[in-house]
Amino acid sequence: MIRTEELQLNMGPQHPSTHGVLRIVLRLDGEVIVEAIPHIGYLHRGIEKIAENRTYTQVIPLTDRLDYVSSMMNNFAYVLAVEELMGIEVPERASFIRIIMAELQRIASHLIAFGTGGLDAGAMTVFLYCFRERERILELFEMVCGARLTYNYFRFGGVSQDFPKEFAESARNFIKYMRPKLDEYEDLLLNNYIFQKRTKGVGVLKKKDALSYGASGPVLRGSGIKRDIRKEKPYSLYDRFDFEIPVGKNGDTWDRTWVRLEEMRQSLNIVEQALDGLPSGKVKAWGVPRMIKPPPGEVYRPIESTRGELGFYIVSDGSARPYRMKVRSPAFSNLSLIPVVIKGHQIADVVVILGSLDPVFGEVDR
Amino acid sequence: MKNPQFIKEIKKKFGKVILDFKSYNDEIILTIDKTSLLPLAKELKKIGFEYFSFVTAVDYQERIILVYRLSSFKDKVNLILKAILPLSDLKIDSVSSIWGGANWHEREVFDLFGVVFDHHPDLRRILLPENWSGHPLRKDYRDEDVVKRKEYF
Amino acid sequence: MNFSFLYLMGVAGVGIFIFIALSVLILVWLERKVAGHIQSRMGPMRVGWHGLVQTLADMVKLISKESILPAKADKWLFFLAPFVVFIPAYLSYMVIPFAPKLIIRDFNIGLLYFLAIPSISVVGIIMAGWGSNNKYALLGGLRSAAQIISYEIPRALSVVGVVMLAGSMSTVTIVKSQSSIWFILLQPLGFLIYFISTLAEVNRIPFDLPEAESELVAGFHTEYSGIKWSIFMMSEYANVFAGCALCVVLFLGGWHGFLIPKGEPWSSVVSLIWFMVKTLILIFLMMWLRWTLPRFRVDQLMDLSWKVFLPLALINIGLTGLFILGALKLFS
Repeated sequence: MIRTEELQLNMGPQHPSTHGVLRIVLRLDGEVIVEAIPHIGYLHRGIEKIAENRTYTQVIPLTDRLDYVSSMMNNFAYVLAVEELMGIEVPERASFIRIIMAELQRIASHLIAFGTGGLDAGAMTVFLYCFRERERILELFEMVCGARLTYNYFRFGGVSQDFPKEFAESARNFIKYMRPKLDEYEDLLLNNYIFQKRTKGVGVLKKKDALSYGASGPVLRGSGIKRDIRKEKPYSLYDRFDFEIPVGKNGDTWDRTWVRLEEMRQSLNIVEQALDGLPSGKVKAWGVPRMIKPPPGEVYRPIESTRGELGFYIVSDGSARPYRMKVRSPAFSNLSLIPVVIKGHQIADVVVILGSLDPVFGEVDR
Repeated sequence: MKNPQFIKEIKKKFGKVILDFKSYNDEIILTIDKTSLLPLAKELKKIGFEYFSFVTAVDYQERIILVYRLSSFKDKVNLILKAILPLSDLKIDSVSSIWGGANWHEREVFDLFGVVFDHHPDLRRILLPENWSGHPLRKDYRDEDVVKRKEYF
Repeated sequence: MNFSFLYLMGVAGVGIFIFIALSVLILVWLERKVAGHIQSRMGPMRVGWHGLVQTLADMVKLISKESILPAKADKWLFFLAPFVVFIPAYLSYMVIPFAPKLIIRDFNIGLLYFLAIPSISVVGIIMAGWGSNNKYALLGGLRSAAQIISYEIPRALSVVGVVMLAGSMSTVTIVKSQSSIWFILLQPLGFLIYFISTLAEVNRIPFDLPEAESELVAGFHTEYSGIKWSIFMMSEYANVFAGCALCVVLFLGGWHGFLIPKGEPWSSVVSLIWFMVKTLILIFLMMWLRWTLPRFRVDQLMDLSWKVFLPLALINIGLTGLFILGALKLFS
């Protein structure tokens, strides 16, 4: 008698395309997924606990290690939260510098997401092209703060140092170089027949699920919900810039990838505007004490990070160390959608969908 | 702030269980009695708080305060919901049936604080290994393996 | 069967082996260079001129590596599988006419032989998948079996048109009948189906599902390393070369070309160069595709085979029949 059995496949934590150390236990019927149970925590370093034993300033380099492909964003979110707690006014030039850095970081991070999205579908060349372009952004960062991955660049009340003289020109050159490249990627990957076959209608995320699971960033916008914290509740000086929010239609993998590409274009526009309007002045607020002791209280300040709503919920008891620091990481919420989104798809779709959710495990596991 | 209609509604309906009410700009902070979390959550979802941002906890030594953050995109209002749990009774109803995202966040709080969520579909540790003992983010957590910092100076 | 015949066959066998080994060395280097330049890198540059002997160095490394047997693997299947995959690839070189008279055996069913023999390698791939005691390998092996078998059919049907035109299944006769016009001009559809099916047969992007690295780690050779892995690699490139060579034989006029002197001693050398150049162009095309396209999903792959290529191949046969009938009417 013929008998069929479900196959249990342990995908990860060592697997080429789980984007880090994710383990998904898949129950398979042939190649079709019956159930998917993700297991996370392989990169848990207890940053929230460590932060309770560090001074506020010492936490900034820790935040670099959260989402290690967009460290500037983590710096930004943390610094904004503490500034709100302290009531520090940031000089205009510093805010502009922050926005330039954050938007360049968004491009760098989206390049990785876009490239690995192609790699997951089997297109390796797009991936290497994206890394080539990212390299130029990292060079810009290196020029500004000396680091390429974990920058530790933001300070309470500003940034650690001003732009070097040649930065503005290099950044403009980069923008000029990058714009046609984005069109090229659109042709190479998004308009590719095979890629469309692999991603259109795959991993459809319904609006209802996206909301109740707290999805954010390109994942939420891919599902057709127009929400961007930069517009909804502008922080820093984002209200001065003119940019669009790309929104997908179907909420499938292709839409999420497209949203990322479109966001890179918008980020280039923002960087250009910021470079044009870069005011002169100080880059660090005057009178920020060396030992930060915020008044007792709590604050939650979300920003639109690369992956979505990144926020630091900080409770202060008036001492020099945070009493409690919660990191609301967008990738954690986005990743929790996995069992919902991939059910009924095939193994090949798992990696493509996972790639489009774009988790970074430094942030998921903290 | 503009005072949307639903705040009055909620106050009328749940006036007894709301222990504290603060609002500034577009943020509302509600402190509620923990027993009434589930009916209130259902009501909140119905009036537009569809977006579940996170739930976390803060350990104040003798009590743990759970912090839920919800957003309503329709009214552009954010809500922080606080529920106070005495250390002797760390139990509360799970809201994962209302907002799917609460599933993992509640597991995280269980993992790191030891708060038990009743009727949670799958309450396991999420970040730490299954055989870990204790809940690290509690202020009374002591790990024997942790090397004590010596004050040299 | 006399002794001299066996002797000749032995020499030919060793000769093919050396040819395969050399061509694999060059093809691997070429693949890395093509990939490198497409991806705006240099590719291997250190060992030899532009990394030319890099593959040789890699080969030495692979041969000197420890032979690893995974726990609970089926030892016999695991060890035999690479050879079961390699030998059919090796055997298929028997019927490839590189130049006039430069062919091991000119069977009158040479084409059938060429289409049939590589299918045996499916057995080896399933053996590798099953024997490794690894679920990724198993899935890769099963995918591979499904894929190769379903692309056999359009591939075989696509060459029927050529056979009808040439009136023979002997590869030499097919080349000879192309002396005036290459069959690609008469059989563009057949060429397209044959070339794409060959891509699928030799497991290359966009059809490299059996070893899809992003989902199945490395498919059926996940657990293989060292010399056994290199045999898989060798048979893959041997298949690529053989597939492209046959494509040249069937559609691109084989050894025919311009500027071939008649009756001179070096005329078959020039023919051989023509043959090699055409084959290399096709191989380059395959590499180009590999580094440009994403990969299909397994069900889409099957759809493409059964719902698109199979009907098209049948239509192609019908059209060819009509064409021949028309031509006969016209010229008789």
